[in-house]
Amino acid sequence: MIESTVPGPAIIAALRQAKIEFVVSVPDITTSQGLLWPIANGKDFTLVRLCKEDEGVSVCAGLAMAGRRAVLLIQHTGLLDSINAIRGIACEQAQPVCMVVGLLAKEPNVPPRQSKSFGLRIVEPILDAMAIEHYCIENPSEISRLPSAIDRAYATSQPMVALIGQTVTP
Amino acid sequence: MMRRDDCIQTILQHRGDAAILAVYNTGLDLRRLSASRLNLYSAGAMGQGSSWGLGLALGMPERKIMVLDGDGSLLMNLGSLVTIANAAPPNLYHFVFENGCYEANGSHPIPGQGRVSFAGIAREAGFPHSYEFDDLATFERMAAGLLALEGPVFVTLKVVQGDPSPQDYAYVNAAERLREFREAITSRK
Repeated sequence: MIESTVPGPAIIAALRQAKIEFVVSVPDITTSQGLLWPIANGKDFTLVRLCKEDEGVSVCAGLAMAGRRAVLLIQHTGLLDSINAIRGIACEQAQPVCMVVGLLAKEPNVPPRQSKSFGLRIVEPILDAMAIEHYCIENPSEISRLPSAIDRAYATSQPMVALIGQTVTP
Repeated sequence: MMRRDDCIQTILQHRGDAAILAVYNTGLDLRRLSASRLNLYSAGAMGQGSSWGLGLALGMPERKIMVLDGDGSLLMNLGSLVTIANAAPPNLYHFVFENGCYEANGSHPIPGQGRVSFAGIAREAGFPHSYEFDDLATFERMAAGLLALEGPVFVTLKVVQGDPSPQDYAYVNAAERLREFREAITSRK
């Protein structure tokens, strides 16, 4: 039986390992308690609060252009709302926009493509169509892939998405 | 009303080593008027110039960042004014060239043409400094002073098109421009 929780401290440690300095975010209930609140209350990262998710694509790109590492912490609905910015900036301008995306109300241990939710089912096919590297974090062992995925995004100047499939615990 | 290229010339006289991100026709005018490698001519998606500027300003607090935005572009990302005011980067200078239309898309009027106050919106969003100019002599007289202010600073410039600029989108959108810009802004000042 695989443990079906996603511990926030392990994700924060992974972001530190990946040398992330800025977290750019619109709140998402999947990651709120376990990730965004500890980040907001801590001193490890500079938090930039956004009004809308597509702003964050450009903020992360500007930071990357300046030689600084960031992640965009949002909900999958915000990812869907930001597709044109991701297309134009992360994909066509080849910017290393790293996104940590909560999958709101995904059923436990159900792959996103098999969710009963239309909005969840289409996320991975859209990322595939845009040739954006992505993977889903649903248990603690999958968090260890995050630093190397972020390093690869910056090394290749390409976007990446880590989907968070379970509520993150503090 | 002022000519857009005259306003850009005024800004360029005071840029120092500031990095400038300009969008659409403002970017094409900048390309005609300045060959600096500290120019970036495209935000990659309409409305994203102000957010790009915020990222650059936060990432490079030692360098002035100027965004030359359009009114139609800003309307697509009005929330960015609140985000910028909240983050309060002291090195960000956001100019909006208000021509009242979507010039790159057939010159259709923007919603609220002639009625919306972008400087007013920025002020109420929390910008500590917000200005509006429709007279070139006044803008020329004030430019040095407002660029010496601690930002974020917002400036609306009410403009008409000046001399036509080459529609060289292949140049301004080329990946090479991004590479040159990054090399320029990250090189030692």
